Parts: sequence; C-alpha cells; structure tokens
Amino acid sequence: MARVEVTPILARHLDVPKCEVPGASVREVLDELFERHPKLRSYVLEDHGALRKHVVIFVNSEVVRDRKELGDAVTASCEVVIMQALSGG
Amino acid sequence: MKLYVSTRKGLFTLERAGGSWAITDVAFLGDPVTLVLPSEDGLVAALDLGHFGPKLRRRANGSTEWEELEVPRYPDKPSESDEKTPWSLQKIWSLERGRDGTFWAGTIPGGLFRTKDPAKGWTLDRALWDRPERLEAFGGGYDAPGLHSICLHPERDEEAMVAVSCGGVWRTEDAGQSWSLEGEGLFADYMPGQKRTARATQDPHAVRRCPADPNVLWMQHHNGAFRSTDGGRTWSSLDVPPSSFGFAVAAHPTDPQSAWFVPAVKDECRVPVDGAVCVARTRDGGATFEVLRAGLPQTHAYDLVYRHALDVDPSGEVLAFGSTTGSLYVTEDGGDHWAAVSLHLPPVYAVRFGA
Repeated sequence: MARVEVTPILARHLDVPKCEVPGASVREVLDELFERHPKLRSYVLEDHGALRKHVVIFVNSEVVRDRKELGDAVTASCEVVIMQALSGG
Repeated sequence: MKLYVSTRKGLFTLERAGGSWAITDVAFLGDPVTLVLPSEDGLVAALDLGHFGPKLRRRANGSTEWEELEVPRYPDKPSESDEKTPWSLQKIWSLERGRDGTFWAGTIPGGLFRTKDPAKGWTLDRALWDRPERLEAFGGGYDAPGLHSICLHPERDEEAMVAVSCGGVWRTEDAGQSWSLEGEGLFADYMPGQKRTARATQDPHAVRRCPADPNVLWMQHHNGAFRSTDGGRTWSSLDVPPSSFGFAVAAHPTDPQSAWFVPAVKDECRVPVDGAVCVARTRDGGATFEVLRAGLPQTHAYDLVYRHALDVDPSGEVLAFGSTTGSLYVTEDGGDHWAAVSLHLPPVYAVRFGA
C-alpha cells in the first residue's frame, strides 16, 4: 500500500484525508483514490486523464515524469504526494 | 432582489436595506469566481480554481452548503485531427437556464453544453462543435475561442443565439439540433481583406436580448456596437459616444429601444476615455445616446468593465456594474445617477441580479 497525501490547498475544497492505497503505478493509485473520492478526479486530472498543467505529483520526493499516462511505478512503501505548482498572485 | 458580484477573490452578495446596497454574504473568499446563475431553486457558481481547473457549485435556496456539481467534459479529439485548440475545459464562461429547466453552459475553448441535471453531467452540442467554421475561430483575450453569451428566447424553448469570441454569432431554431452562422452587417475593420466581414471570425464581446421583444438583440463588438431587430440575422452599426469600444452591454427588459454600454478608449488602450467613467444610454434604438456620468469618477479613473460585469434588473431602473479595479456602481433611476457601493472589492468579473 502506498501512503497518499493531498496538499492542504486542495483540502479547502475537498475532504481527502491521508490514506493507504494499493496500486503499482501512479495511474492505479489515482484510480483507486478516485473510487473513494470521485469529485477529486477533476481537481487532479484534465478531461482526458492527463495530469493538470499546474498540478504535480511526487513519488518518494521525485516528480512524476509521465504526466499523460501516469505510468511511473509505485511500490508498497512509497509516499505519494499530490500538490499544486507554486504560481499565481 | 439580490445582486451577485463575482470577483477574482470571491463571490459577494448584496441586498438593499435602509436605502442603500450592502454586502450581506461572502462566499469562496480567495477563490476566483467567474460568474453565477441565480434560478428559482438555488444559485449555481462557476469557479476557476487555477491549479485545479473550472468547477461548478450549487447552493439551494435557504441553505449555506455548496454542493459540487459535474463540470462539462470534452470528448477525445479525433486522432487524425490537426486542430491546435485543446478539447479540454478551460473556463465556464456563460451559464443560463431555459424555461424548461435546461441548463446551458458556454465554455472556453468554445463548446456549448446542456443538461437537465448538472449534478449528473453535461452533453456537448456536437451540431455546433462539429461545424467546420469553428476551426476558423481564434481566442479573444484567451488562447482559445470562448462562448460567452447565451441568449435564450423568452417564449420559444427551441430558439437561441450564442456568441463566441472570436467565432461569430450562431442561431438555432431547433434547440441546438442545427445552427446557422449569422452576422450580416457585422464588420471588423482590424481584419485584413475579406476577413473584415467574415462571419466565422467576428468578435462579439457580449450579446443581450430584449426580453419584451426577443427579435431585438444588442451587441458590444470588438469593433463597435451593433443592434439587430430580426433575431440576430442582420445587424446595424451604432455610434456610441464617447467611444464604441467596450465589453459590456445591457438590454432594457421591457423597452426594445433602450440599452446601456460602458465605453473604453479602444482595443490597445482599455481604460475609460479621459480617465472618466461613464455609461452610454440609448432610448431610441441606438440612433442617439446620452453619456451618463453623475456619481461616477471623472478624474484618473481607470476602471474597465468586463463583458459580464454589467446587469439590469427586471424593472429596467436598477443597474449595476463592477470594474477591474474593484469598484461597484449602482443606479436606481436607469443610469441618471450612480452611487459607488464599494471601491475596494477584488477585480470584478461579473455582476448579476437574481432572487
């Protein structure tokens, strides 16, 4: 089980507590997470399933490279963090 | 009657009490609110959360809780398409509700969506989206074209006109099963050659229909102001003082001869003429205009009024407009006299009267 955490900025809009999620890739982890929190999907992904332009996901502190297919590997001990890019004013 | 003011950093609700308008509710503080749709069973708000994309929320009348609704979702772009515009929701840029309860949403990049229940999802109007002329359209203020005006017909559910920046005005008479690209008489002097009158690339900034005479529509266009008396098929150019450039227009609810515009200098200088805020009003179908200034700042005022940021109430006497500099002005005598309700709001995207 990967440990998944979403940014507090997102927690203003949706209640998504820290949780443990199964999955061997970022896509699988997200699919399971969206099963539990369906409204989270449109906050993280664009219409066709790619990562939103200004959203970033870290797996064990490494930025996810495959932003379209989300194929980066996830293992049982991974920490997955979903957060926003730092921009705007 | 309430006045909803959508801003870059929240939604402000105003009510009239004790002879003046005051803010009675603040929602979504800190979040960009594009616009709202008041209707008899509640308020729908379109948010643009930046990092997290466009969102729709609904608050039932009498409730303080906001329900998250589904947002319009674009289909996959065909693999053979070489179109540059992404088929992906970038902004919800207009919201209306028909007499039959159907919700209509206009979006950037230009798609029109409908639903009976926005909690369950939306359907893209493919008849409009698949028109080949759409590929000629381009963005106006944003990278992609945007459908910002939905003029429903007050008596015929099947008739509507929509406007796209920069993609012209479109009319349906069969509830969106088919569309005609209208706009005879519109022109864009800034476009080269034959493109000057090309319907598919006209840039209507805002179009409003007169509820009492649905064949009358008013338009603030990138190139000037126009009026139609035949349901949007043909348009006549209007000479609005002190400038025909601007974004917003309001149609009088009961008098098809009357409308209001909020002029700015011109395309490349989007501020009031001479730094003096004014509203131009016609009462004779656009033949002549009065320039209304009483109560509006007349020195070093650089308020710009966006296309959704002017509205008129059902009486035609109360109007409000908000500006990019966070000012909100209200009149209760059709524009003869104005009062600043606030000069300190976040930049105003839209104002709308409603229940």
